[in-house]
Amino acid sequence: MNTVLSASGLQKSYGEQCVVDGLNLSIHKGECFGLLGPNGAGKTTTLRMLLGLIAPDAGEVKLLGLPVPQAAREARIRVGVVPQMDNLDPDFTVAENLLVYGRYFGMQDREIEARIPSLLEFASLTLKRDAKVPTLSGGMKRRLTLARALVNDPEIIFLDEPTTGLDPQARHLIWQRLRELMQQGKTLLLTTHFMDEAERLCDRLAVLDNGKLISQGSPRELIEQNIEPQVVEVFGENVAEWAAQHAANYVQRFELSGETVFCYLQNAQPLVAHLQTQTDLRYLHRPANLEDVFLKLTGREMRE
Amino acid sequence: MNRYNYALPQFSWRFFPIWQRHFLVWRKTAAASIMGHLADPVIYMLGLGYGLGSLLPDMGGTSYMTFLAAGTVCYSTMNSASFEALYSGFARMHEQRTWEAILNTPTSLDDVVLSEILWAATKSLMSGIAVLAVIGLLGLSHSWMMIWMIPLALLIGLAFAGMGLIMTALAPSYDFFMYYFTLVITPMMLLCGVFFPVSQLPESLQIAANFLPLTHAIDLARPLMSGQLPAAFLLHIAVLLAYALGGFYISLVLFRQRLTR
Repeated sequence: MNTVLSASGLQKSYGEQCVVDGLNLSIHKGECFGLLGPNGAGKTTTLRMLLGLIAPDAGEVKLLGLPVPQAAREARIRVGVVPQMDNLDPDFTVAENLLVYGRYFGMQDREIEARIPSLLEFASLTLKRDAKVPTLSGGMKRRLTLARALVNDPEIIFLDEPTTGLDPQARHLIWQRLRELMQQGKTLLLTTHFMDEAERLCDRLAVLDNGKLISQGSPRELIEQNIEPQVVEVFGENVAEWAAQHAANYVQRFELSGETVFCYLQNAQPLVAHLQTQTDLRYLHRPANLEDVFLKLTGREMRE
Repeated sequence: MNRYNYALPQFSWRFFPIWQRHFLVWRKTAAASIMGHLADPVIYMLGLGYGLGSLLPDMGGTSYMTFLAAGTVCYSTMNSASFEALYSGFARMHEQRTWEAILNTPTSLDDVVLSEILWAATKSLMSGIAVLAVIGLLGLSHSWMMIWMIPLALLIGLAFAGMGLIMTALAPSYDFFMYYFTLVITPMMLLCGVFFPVSQLPESLQIAANFLPLTHAIDLARPLMSGQLPAAFLLHIAVLLAYALGGFYISLVLFRQRLTR
């Protein structure tokens, strides 16, 4: 398989705190690779090292066959970046943002102007061509940021939490566009803490916590390897009492979180039959998903 | 401690599209900006020149207005570069995250900081030319040597942009810049010979003034305005260049420390 981005033994500390600790990654051409992790897990620092914006304390990065950070400038000519926070130029129109950004890649104005109509169409912003950035909605700004990242027709696109802060309609439109990019053969590397986003988009995922890679694989593999296939969520006023008295009879592994007991099982039938007799409890029976894996691997406690 | 932070700047032509970006933003508000360049210095010059000048004897053979004109060009170019490097530079670095967007392309921080210092100096150049045009229209200088004021405006701009960028690299917020204006820029305006010759000051302040870049700028500007070759002009040019290059290098090291962690 054709590797477009690889990192080995990547290490970065700020003072005493080790932010990225011995990270190994290998990303193949044409795949969508997701970096998952709670806030402060080291996702953004990892992206910045992979782009050559900061130098690692130890380890090696190869981006599109070039050593980074030594040849980061050459490598970034063929890379697109969608940052976590919007940093469009507020003084410029939509089209001017694309033109000015293309110039940073050394592109000629004529070359950029020839690309602008298709970029605007891709971002569904054709009618907003001459609108100033502050007049755009949050979803439009994100789409323009995505279009801007494509101005140089990159081979790999880095996306740092591409849909944070968007409403469901805007998120679905971004997902649709990212799938189109994958169909065009682009490689995507994205960070997210939305499990549905990761499950929908990513071919492979790596879960990062405290700067360490704790699990890696396709969404299905991660679920199969890390967690029981069935989940029953039980809620109700007396759920704590129920958990103390009955849960262990039906469930090998369960967690009480707030007013809910999460039961992880190979076979949920006996538990469901029992719960049907408990009139003061409600329950939800569903297959295990990536969020269950994520919470099992990184814990339920808050990170900030 | 990171050795890379202290590396000498690496220049590349990729700074140019960044400078072009700043110019395009400026062009959108050019009319208001030129008014801003002109209103404050011209009102000072005319107000003090006519008001105070009528009470004063000639200053070494020239009118007080002509004396003041040279100082006005220097301090207005100082202000233009300082405001651009501090407030606008901080907005681009911190508030609008423009630098972050630019740095994701094949540019480096060295290109970004170089474009900042050159852009701030460009603003000085524009403000210098605007004030010189007024001086020319008022007939305050008749010497062709005045043409040298144009490269001088650029050099003053580079010196103050370099100093200003150090502050921008250190600033936690816009409030920080008040200290710089109150403790550095305003004292220079009053101590470096804009409104009266430095020789009028007590000796200790004269010695202090000799270390300040604006003094050297004015020592170059005033003879040029009256058609003379400035005494020790190489020294004055060297001091201004030292402030420009020193400021550029120190600010670059500080920006590297601030932004590449």
